[in-house]
Amino acid sequence: MNADANPRREELVGRLLGPVGPEITCDECFAQLDRYVDLELAGADADRTIPGLRAHLEGCPACREDHESLLEYVRSERA
Amino acid sequence: MDAESRTWLRRLGADGAERERALAELRELLLRAARFEVGRRRARMPQLRGGDHEDLAQQSANDALVAILAKLDDFRGDSRFTTWAYKFALYEAAASLRRRSWQGREVPLEAEDWPLFADRRSRPDEDAETSELLSAIGEAIENDLTAHQREILVAVTLNGVPIDVLAERLTTTRGALYKTLHDARRRLRAALAERGLPVEPLVESETQ
Repeated sequence: MNADANPRREELVGRLLGPVGPEITCDECFAQLDRYVDLELAGADADRTIPGLRAHLEGCPACREDHESLLEYVRSERA
Repeated sequence: MDAESRTWLRRLGADGAERERALAELRELLLRAARFEVGRRRARMPQLRGGDHEDLAQQSANDALVAILAKLDDFRGDSRFTTWAYKFALYEAAASLRRRSWQGREVPLEAEDWPLFADRRSRPDEDAETSELLSAIGEAIENDLTAHQREILVAVTLNGVPIDVLAERLTTTRGALYKTLHDARRRLRAALAERGLPVEPLVESETQ
């Protein structure tokens, strides 16, 4: 098994088992994503304001990508 | 709601030339966001040609504009209007690119990496506990999940199939598939705990 061609097995365990904490759904994540990103960029406690969204990002690769894109774009647009 | 967001809502709700100008400005913003997303992902999609990138960005901007106008009443000012709007453009572009990247490809629902589970020997950089856990996860995937849960878990977490692509292929929704994934993970955690492995049980939210 080529270690470089595969994810580290600890990471694989994390992907398979997902986040432990309560998480919101994909639809709720999309509905709250803009608010979450604006809170993050304002330096506010986004995770306290919108509980469960961070856990969902840990568990859902597609929503995580959507979050990374929005955060990166809005940050670059305001720079 | 901040003043800029209020202005956007007022202009988009106006009649005639003011609304047309606002729509044109908004579409330009959406197009810039969609181009950003396409540019960000193009390195991972060598099969896309230059013209495809621009077509995809233009179509994503159009689709985002339609979605935004349909949901305008839902905007409550919890974020800046532009952040809310960009979300749609980035999503449309990302979803199109994910679909495009899997076009004509079979979606793998079977594990292609079972040796990862079967190999009980830890590599020098890994501890024995991880190997034991992974081996137990492999067994639990085979024995404790339904066939549907196993397929979804394997496709999304092992084979990297985007959940929206999978939803389209299986004619279901992203939300329904994620619920299946969540249930599969809960069963896995419970099965591992029953075997005495140090795995925290999954905490349920009220909405799941």
